[in-house]
Amino acid sequence: MELLEGEREEIIKQVGEVMEKYQSDREKLLPVLQEVQGRLGYLPLLAMEKVAEAMDIPTVDVYGMTTFYNQFRLNPPGEHEIKVCMGTACYMVGGQIAMDSFERRLEINEGETTADRKYSLERVACVGCCTLAPVVVVNEMVEGHVTPTRVDGLLLSLDGEQKEGAAEAGTADEPSSDEQPVEAEGKHDREGEQSK
Amino acid sequence: MSANSTEKLYEKLKMQAEEKYGPLEEKTVIWVGTATCGKAAGAIDVREAFKKEIANRGLNAEVLEVGCMGHCYAEPLIVISKPGFPPLSYGYVDDGLVKLLVDNYLENDDPCFEYALVALEPNDYFPTFSDFPRGVYENKTILGLCGFIDPEEIDAYIAEGGYSALSAVLNQEPDQVLDEIKKSNLRGRGGAGFPAWRKWGQVKENPEQEKYIICNADEGDPGAFMDRSILESNPHQVIEGMIICAYVVGSDTGYFYIRSEYPQAVRRINTALKQAREKGLLGDSILGRDFNFDIDIFQGSGAFVCGESSALIRSMEGKMGMPRERPPRLVESGFRGKPTIVNNVKTFCYVPPIINNGAEWFTSIGTAESPGTAVFALVGKINHSGIVEVPMGTTLNQLIYDVGEGLPGDKQFKAVQIGGPSGGCLPESSLDLPIDYDSLQEAGAIMGSGGLVVLDEDDCMVAIAHFFLEFTQKESCGKCTFCRLGTKHMLDILDKITTGQEDDLAKLDILQELCEDVIAGSLCNLGGTAPNPILTTLRYFRDEYEAHITEKRCPALMCKELIAYYIEPKKCSKLCNACVGSCPTEAIYTRDDGLKAIDQEKCVKCDNCMKACPPEYLAVIKLSPPSLVEERERK
Repeated sequence: MELLEGEREEIIKQVGEVMEKYQSDREKLLPVLQEVQGRLGYLPLLAMEKVAEAMDIPTVDVYGMTTFYNQFRLNPPGEHEIKVCMGTACYMVGGQIAMDSFERRLEINEGETTADRKYSLERVACVGCCTLAPVVVVNEMVEGHVTPTRVDGLLLSLDGEQKEGAAEAGTADEPSSDEQPVEAEGKHDREGEQSK
Repeated sequence: MSANSTEKLYEKLKMQAEEKYGPLEEKTVIWVGTATCGKAAGAIDVREAFKKEIANRGLNAEVLEVGCMGHCYAEPLIVISKPGFPPLSYGYVDDGLVKLLVDNYLENDDPCFEYALVALEPNDYFPTFSDFPRGVYENKTILGLCGFIDPEEIDAYIAEGGYSALSAVLNQEPDQVLDEIKKSNLRGRGGAGFPAWRKWGQVKENPEQEKYIICNADEGDPGAFMDRSILESNPHQVIEGMIICAYVVGSDTGYFYIRSEYPQAVRRINTALKQAREKGLLGDSILGRDFNFDIDIFQGSGAFVCGESSALIRSMEGKMGMPRERPPRLVESGFRGKPTIVNNVKTFCYVPPIINNGAEWFTSIGTAESPGTAVFALVGKINHSGIVEVPMGTTLNQLIYDVGEGLPGDKQFKAVQIGGPSGGCLPESSLDLPIDYDSLQEAGAIMGSGGLVVLDEDDCMVAIAHFFLEFTQKESCGKCTFCRLGTKHMLDILDKITTGQEDDLAKLDILQELCEDVIAGSLCNLGGTAPNPILTTLRYFRDEYEAHITEKRCPALMCKELIAYYIEPKKCSKLCNACVGSCPTEAIYTRDDGLKAIDQEKCVKCDNCMKACPPEYLAVIKLSPPSLVEERERK
């Protein structure tokens, strides 16, 4: 993913601070990466390069660590982070169905972020709320018993928040105009079926 | 310093703690369970609602946060203890119930028995835990305080006798303590069941000065959360166990290896460590003795294989968590090449009660080979899911039908999956098996970390095997060829079977063979146990595999590619449009005769229409194989 303006400087600054704190100790590579991700939200390639440089190790060693451990993400998180639980209990009662619905609605695959960086979608193993299965964690809030219609509702309410925010800032609300043609198209299809 | 002064120091701590927690009994106290599961169900709102009502009405009552009582099915769960009444627990609490309880119970004296779940003390009005089947079987040796004390307050633990085992141990020789642990025959609770005393003894004998103690809280099994629950509900018991272990083997540094996915557990352990240091129970000269020990936290980064102790140590050293060949064993050369003990959270938890009550007490619980209790996360198709602690040797039948109160609805029991991705699926015929390390292994499952998932007739065994294999395949570290590539091949075969692309029954034999090869060709237990879900399902549910292959039929109606949704014209009502609105892809249309039908091309099989169809019609059904739809439409 392309870096946005000003991100480059921010990454260099944050990595520098973390490396100073841990004194570039090789044994502390995992905590270092955790803290960098904690500050930036993800681990951009540039950050990995800077960490490797400071520790005087090949960048591929750092890349190996970030791809080995599930905790690290290489894509920036969306404004709204959606995590679909795929623990055993959730899987059994339709976790995959919830995941499919999000993928369909957001038009991204699991592990990706929408191009406008509004939503990111991840799968997680057991959040320990098996009695509420299937579970989805939206911005740290646990939502239980998630069906496809609930997915629609969740996304609508998140869009709504966004619209309110946009209205306050005095800008036009783009998302709603995007939504409408899809709706209309769908209805059209159904009428078509009926006449058959 | 003399033994006497250690005791005195402890007595002083205990008196202070009791002073703080004694007077509470004269006042109404509301305990709200706020472990992760409670929070997810809305415990924070409940806590705030109580606080608000109490403040508004100026009542003399206090709201306290506790951990998890293990009755997850009834979250959010609270306990109200009012002077003159037995402490009562209420489940499924929401704003309405909060108001009702404040109105009737806190302000007046009506305990609203109709909403109470259970009383915590014997009384003349309401049944207690021991009056229910679950209470008959449960024996809470390590979960006893979970959910009943404030996990963020060390005094709450000390007031209940916490750290008394440590105080007693410091007056004994390490050998004496080790002997007690040996007599108790405490086996490691991480899954393999290796005797704890043997590890402890070997590290103790090692002349090396630097020794490490690591608490393995890298609970990666999807569907198990016992360790998290303990860390969040009663962190001090684990810490006390670790300090005792350190005293026995002569170590001065310990680590908690906790998954970073458990932020609340990390926070609570941090608080607990800080408080223990302030009380002189950690750090330099513990309880006035010439014994120094401190504990640090290391946050794991989410790799299932890091639950394997040599991989865990490598990841602590800042490397990729890949297991290494042994010998040398970790007790000789572990973290930083020094002798290291890695024990599970629960293993350390058992130490204080064993010291307090003696080894004989411990061996009197459970079976001869596996003494003590087993902790399970009981989930899936079961009425009373939650965390339960039963003596070893309890049968699966008792656990599922008595402790868990059976399956919901009139669904038929199919299998129970024990031990997570490394475990196996056992059929109904195995329900009389006693739960202990050896019996489960014989049946093809393992004790594992203690995840126990109940499956009913709606669950496809091939899909379950696929699910677990997908997990282990992803988590394989890639070191051993068989684990890396063998699991991939197996997954490919299962992929084809579950999507109806496999026509050759002989593939099942190849699958079986691959399973055996992966077990033989893998260094660590991840590869060594990854085929278990497949081996057991092949052994007990081969007919389901065959139905997928020969008939392209999923008997449990679960595999998406092998089912189709269909609206039965006979049952559908012309006037109802519930399914049309619920369909996310507009696949449902109205036929010329007014009935509804599904456009199979557009259907994404999301199950929504089936849920939306009102119970008086129940017109939406699933058919497998999908070709049945055409047959029916032709009629």
